[in-house]
Amino acid sequence: MKDVALRALDAALAQGVTYADVRVEHILERSLGTKNGQTGRLGSSESTGAGIRVVAEGAWGFAATDNLSAAGLSTAAEQAVAIAKASALAAKAAVRLAPEDKHECVWVSPCVIDPFAVPIEEQLGLLLAVDTELRQNPGVTLAETNMTFVRTRQILVSSLGSVIDQTRTTSQAGFEAWAFKGSEIQKRSYPTSFGGQAQLKGYELVRELALLEHASRVAEEAVALHSADQCPEGVFPLILDSSQLALQIHESIGHPIELDRVLGSEANYAGMSFLTVDKLNTLRYGSDIVNAVADARLDHGPGLGTFAFDDEGVPAQRIDVIRDGQFTGYLASRETAPVISLTRSNGAMRAAGWSRLPLIRMTNVSLLPGPHTLDEVFDIDHGIYMETNRSWSIDDKRYNFQFGCEIGWEIRNGKRARMLRNPTYSGITTEFWNSCERIANRDNWTLWGVPNCGKGQPEQVMGTGHGASPARFRKVRVGGGYGK
Amino acid sequence: MTRAECQRIFDVAQRAARSAGMDDVELLLDAHSSALTRFANNAIHQNVAERDRMVSVRVLMGSRTARATTNLVDDDSIRRVVEEAIALTKVAEPNDELLPLPSSAEAGEIPRHPSRFDAATAETTPERRALAVKDAIAIVESSGATAAGIFETGAATEALLNSRGLFRYHEETSARFSITATATDSSGWAKASAVSAAAIDAGALARNASEKARLSASPRESAPGRYTVVLEPAAVLDLVGQIFGDFSATAIHDQRSFLTGRPEGPLFGPNITIDDDVRHPLQSGAPFDGEGVARQSLCLVEGGVIRQIPHARGSARRAGIAPTGHGFPLPNETGEMPLNVVIVGGETSLEQMIAAVDHGILVTRLWYIREVDPFEKIMTGMTRDGTFLIEGGRPVCGLRNFRFNQSVVELLRKVIAMGPAVRASGEEAMDMAVPAMTVEDFNFTEVTRF
Repeated sequence: MKDVALRALDAALAQGVTYADVRVEHILERSLGTKNGQTGRLGSSESTGAGIRVVAEGAWGFAATDNLSAAGLSTAAEQAVAIAKASALAAKAAVRLAPEDKHECVWVSPCVIDPFAVPIEEQLGLLLAVDTELRQNPGVTLAETNMTFVRTRQILVSSLGSVIDQTRTTSQAGFEAWAFKGSEIQKRSYPTSFGGQAQLKGYELVRELALLEHASRVAEEAVALHSADQCPEGVFPLILDSSQLALQIHESIGHPIELDRVLGSEANYAGMSFLTVDKLNTLRYGSDIVNAVADARLDHGPGLGTFAFDDEGVPAQRIDVIRDGQFTGYLASRETAPVISLTRSNGAMRAAGWSRLPLIRMTNVSLLPGPHTLDEVFDIDHGIYMETNRSWSIDDKRYNFQFGCEIGWEIRNGKRARMLRNPTYSGITTEFWNSCERIANRDNWTLWGVPNCGKGQPEQVMGTGHGASPARFRKVRVGGGYGK
Repeated sequence: MTRAECQRIFDVAQRAARSAGMDDVELLLDAHSSALTRFANNAIHQNVAERDRMVSVRVLMGSRTARATTNLVDDDSIRRVVEEAIALTKVAEPNDELLPLPSSAEAGEIPRHPSRFDAATAETTPERRALAVKDAIAIVESSGATAAGIFETGAATEALLNSRGLFRYHEETSARFSITATATDSSGWAKASAVSAAAIDAGALARNASEKARLSASPRESAPGRYTVVLEPAAVLDLVGQIFGDFSATAIHDQRSFLTGRPEGPLFGPNITIDDDVRHPLQSGAPFDGEGVARQSLCLVEGGVIRQIPHARGSARRAGIAPTGHGFPLPNETGEMPLNVVIVGGETSLEQMIAAVDHGILVTRLWYIREVDPFEKIMTGMTRDGTFLIEGGRPVCGLRNFRFNQSVVELLRKVIAMGPAVRASGEEAMDMAVPAMTVEDFNFTEVTRF
């Protein structure tokens, strides 16, 4: 793979470009699932190719190919340069990149149990056992389980002289119990919805999740939702579980701090951001107890946003995003860093595979844990607790959001009083984070994976990480999703 | 990828399967090349091209099946992916409902449909895209706004072959142009897609987006509530388009479709008729499904009444009817869905629809639409890039954007006017042929800050 990458780089440099980088990748995936006691999807896939990115005549060009022969790479390099020259026809200013060092590195993400070495029979057996357990409850009308494993080996070479060899293994697993009755469809998921938990780990993740042990409870809750009261509409103190809070962080902190979005690169699709550059170090993003970081280093944990180098060869870093409530940092690239006077990129450029261009993507954007026990977070006279995301939506500048959750509880005197179905809440980003009044401690902190973040044209689906512990917010509008 | 190349790959795969004692093998092949020129801040900032292929092998062993996929098409890689598919199939759980591969006769005759391949589009150069973009930027820039958008062109080949002699082959091109004009406190957007790049008028789209940005400047804030709305086709597409995954015999059988258990009779208003028609001139896509079955034209909704539901071979057998040709590649959990939706429109022009509204809101586009309630199909999302107050039959000013929480079932009972169906392209649903709609009592629940 290294030879292929260097050959492609040579082909690009021979075209007289001022900058070039090449990513050659081999992506291996295994995906399996069950539905109501039957094997659902069961398959494997592999994809190999090269993406060549160049600056020529002061403009960007990118071409990707599955043809890794010398001729194929040469054609792709010529195409990348031709595209860059076409870009120059409608350019305003020449591309300027923040300086970066040459790096040579081989890095393999921690993987205790190779998921591709675990027999599929064992993996499928576990899923079918969970599926069976879910359907022990007669109120469950549909049971679904899933596992997905991905291993990506990437060689990145650049005209800076960098040669970076990274291998990342990610695992994902979860299940859902559906209950249809009358005119309602209810669902409960474990450990979270839309595919479950995903981390930069091997099969040890699946073992840690203890899927089978949770199946019976999850099934019971799905069925019990039909007997629960509708979530009331009004303004309440709101407590969110860590998985829902992870998605709240993703949408209302992670996306707004993407500097390409702030600068207008995504205006036609993903949108822009309310966090215009004048707000850096001046905006009170949240209350004093809110501290958030973007951290791609392994020290932060095995997140989907953990790596050694980003896709333009910049080392993984940690940046303070919100410090004591104050907005302090954006996610940047080599091209955008100079715009806010950074002397160096903070390493957030990633591409969804060899065929896509690197974009600024969230790494692990996490809310740091607070000092409180879970009992202290729940210590209120009256409020609402919500768990596990069911729907999510936010405007194209990342101000107004609305989330729905699978299940809620009314809290009375610090205890769960009654189950609530169809809970939703909504708000304005900065008002919401400024209403944060308690955050649970590290004992309750989980680094969640969001494997399905869409951005860019052509669209790229990326995995991001978000650490969170349950937290409490004052005066949040609840129930608007079902409001008349 | 030519037909001959598809056949060569299949022959290699079939030999590999037979040498392992497997007679039943199916191949899905895909080859595509595409290029996308992206612009923002009045300049091209990302400009990409890619080519890739896919060989996906499914084998059957009695009532077991599994799939393995690669993008490597040399003989060794094809043999390896067949071996992988066999290894997976051996450990799959038996499924008594699994059907043998279909023969050509069982898969049916492909319906006549318009050619969906335009050689000129397939050969569009980066220069041509760049110059079209440059002209569009100039139009937006001259209006005082800032342009962002894309111009994408591409070609794709899709083929399906199986060991019972079935050989399906489909070639298609596509072109897509979208543009956002951003002004100080407003924006406008327009988008079009077609089989041929020549059918897209990028200049007209740029003028449309610029005009929307100009007219929605200095937006007012209007209180949330129930309004009569005029939804332009892209807004209809992205919102109503959310429900068609539920038009699936498998989803109904699994009791996760909003059509589960509905009483017979009208579900929507009497003016709502929806077809699924791969032959429609405004449609695109292959005329066969994931098992190679020819796509049938269906009337999904007639006069507000649910009529026909797509069935893959498996769900059709369960129901004792013929498959409709809407199945996904096996094995899968979701079964089937319509991919060529045509909402039959009316004859009212957009201008007439606006003129008929005394007090209401004109919506260009909706954004970040997600399902709040799976049975009533309550969807939430935001308006974006051109939301206007209508007073006395004309748009009088731009409005700050709203959040909506709207049941699509209810919406389709409250449509009071429709324009002709056009090919609409948005960002939240696949392209469809849909009309603009005037809808009463549309539920806006919040207002954002811009």
